[in-house]
Amino acid sequence: MAENDTVGDTGRRKFLIKVTAVAGGAGAAVACLPFISSMNPSADVLAKATTEFDLTGMNPGDMRTVAWQGKPVFILRRTPEQIAAMEASNGGLYPEPDQQRVKQPEWLVVVGVCTHMGCVPNKEGPGWTCHCHGSQYDDSGRVTRGPAPKNLEVPPYRFITADKIVIGEA
Amino acid sequence: MQNKLIKWIDHRFPLTNFVKHELTGYPTPRNLSYWWNFGFLAGFVLVLQVVTGIFLAMHYKPDATLSFDSIQHIMRDVNYGWLLRYMHATGASAFFLVIYIHMARTLYYGSYRAPRELMWWTGQGLLLMLMATAFMGYLLPWGQMSFWGATVITNLFRATPYIGDQVVVWLRGDYTVGDATLTRFFALHYLFPFLIIGGVVVHLVALHTVKSSNPSGIDLAARDNIPFHPYFTSKDFYGLGLFLIVYCSFVFFFPDSMIEPANNIPANPMQTPTHIVPEWYFLPFYAILRSVPNMVGGVAAMGLSVMMFAFMPFLDRSRIPGGASNRPIVRIGFYLFLLNMLVLGYVGATPPTDQIILVGQVATLFYFGSFLLIPFISIAEERWLIKRGLPPEVEALIASEARGKIKLPFRRRSGDIK
Repeated sequence: MAENDTVGDTGRRKFLIKVTAVAGGAGAAVACLPFISSMNPSADVLAKATTEFDLTGMNPGDMRTVAWQGKPVFILRRTPEQIAAMEASNGGLYPEPDQQRVKQPEWLVVVGVCTHMGCVPNKEGPGWTCHCHGSQYDDSGRVTRGPAPKNLEVPPYRFITADKIVIGEA
Repeated sequence: MQNKLIKWIDHRFPLTNFVKHELTGYPTPRNLSYWWNFGFLAGFVLVLQVVTGIFLAMHYKPDATLSFDSIQHIMRDVNYGWLLRYMHATGASAFFLVIYIHMARTLYYGSYRAPRELMWWTGQGLLLMLMATAFMGYLLPWGQMSFWGATVITNLFRATPYIGDQVVVWLRGDYTVGDATLTRFFALHYLFPFLIIGGVVVHLVALHTVKSSNPSGIDLAARDNIPFHPYFTSKDFYGLGLFLIVYCSFVFFFPDSMIEPANNIPANPMQTPTHIVPEWYFLPFYAILRSVPNMVGGVAAMGLSVMMFAFMPFLDRSRIPGGASNRPIVRIGFYLFLLNMLVLGYVGATPPTDQIILVGQVATLFYFGSFLLIPFISIAEERWLIKRGLPPEVEALIASEARGKIKLPFRRRSGDIK
């Protein structure tokens, strides 16, 4: 074939072009990684990972909001009636027993960020109501009315002493 | 001397040719109405936003601890800072207003049909970039609405399958909207207008290839075109005068009407305002987001609602020229669609009660339904119109254009009347 005489093995040439394109494309993709990574939280942001909170002075029924990783965390000291009501029900749209959501039934610790669009719900009557899109949560932070898809997140936390907790490590 | 200089340039760069072919002598249909002014107005507002934005950036500080105060500094201390800021804030609303009218004109006259599909799709891309730019710019004053608007919108990306939570943290550069978010939004808010300018160049190259559509919907022969200058330069500048009267009334007399009162409170990550509303130009899409009870479904519906327009060249099967002006059923549909947009806008601005949610859901169904029914309506309507006979003036125009060897892009289809 005349073509083969002049340009050589066209199959080999096509193969080399493909390999070069793949290698070049992979190189370009890898070169993007540092740029993408630079947009992730920086070291100083990651350093704000834990928050300590002193529970003394909170009466039954009181709620406090503390900042953890820049997010509000609700700490609710529940009354015996609230505990009884929450243990009796299994939640609403995303059923979960109350016992799994608390370390001690008296203390509810949840991230105060609506699982729908990230607004901060307000404490209203029993539970919380989110004014952005109308989601409702009960006194265990479980969603009882949409559009929120999930229950309020329980952050990792532990009691260091009887009346002091650290949020951010389990 | 001047001629010599121009000759020297023309030898090396097609200056005179370009001005003659693309600006002064650019052939334009003689029957364009004032609805064809809005592309020019959008270009004008783009320049206005870039200019006011650059001068504002000379005084603004993109830092979570400084930005709110730097806005106050611009308003109180910078010479004419209040004017620059009010022009820029009002300009954002003006931009959406002229773009929405520009789109409504295209929809009404069916200008998205062959051969102008690429104009419509580049326009769709420009709309998305405009929305992104407006959204990122809204965070910069670092008020309560800025903060919570950005929180809600970045949260939409949680709907990404499998890696949603990581995507949100990556977009924000923090676990919540914070200083990292503000700084990158400022960088991108400065970048995007230049991408938009690039997109406008593509949009205009496509326009100068296919030329303007016109109210008759028929590609007029060259003999019916007139040069852009002086006919349409004067028409566009007259329209600009009317636009500036409205724009300046807002800038000088009602500058705060486009600024939510809650945005005069510095951002507070621990407290959401009781009622979050987006800017008016996002309200219909926000209402669609809220109407779907499932989160991922709502985000998908909102994304799709903006993108539905791109399908129009495929959905509209009618070959009747002139869009809604010659198509009575599409005309009714067009006005019902606009009315439905107003209903969605009202729903988006109102706190979500059960009743409002129901109205929003009906309006959302109507919104998507009106797109999905277009193929059936347009074919049935075309058969009915051809059977009934087109209006004599349209028949006459088609006949006269046929003599001018202009072919309508008619595809034959089974069921046509011979």
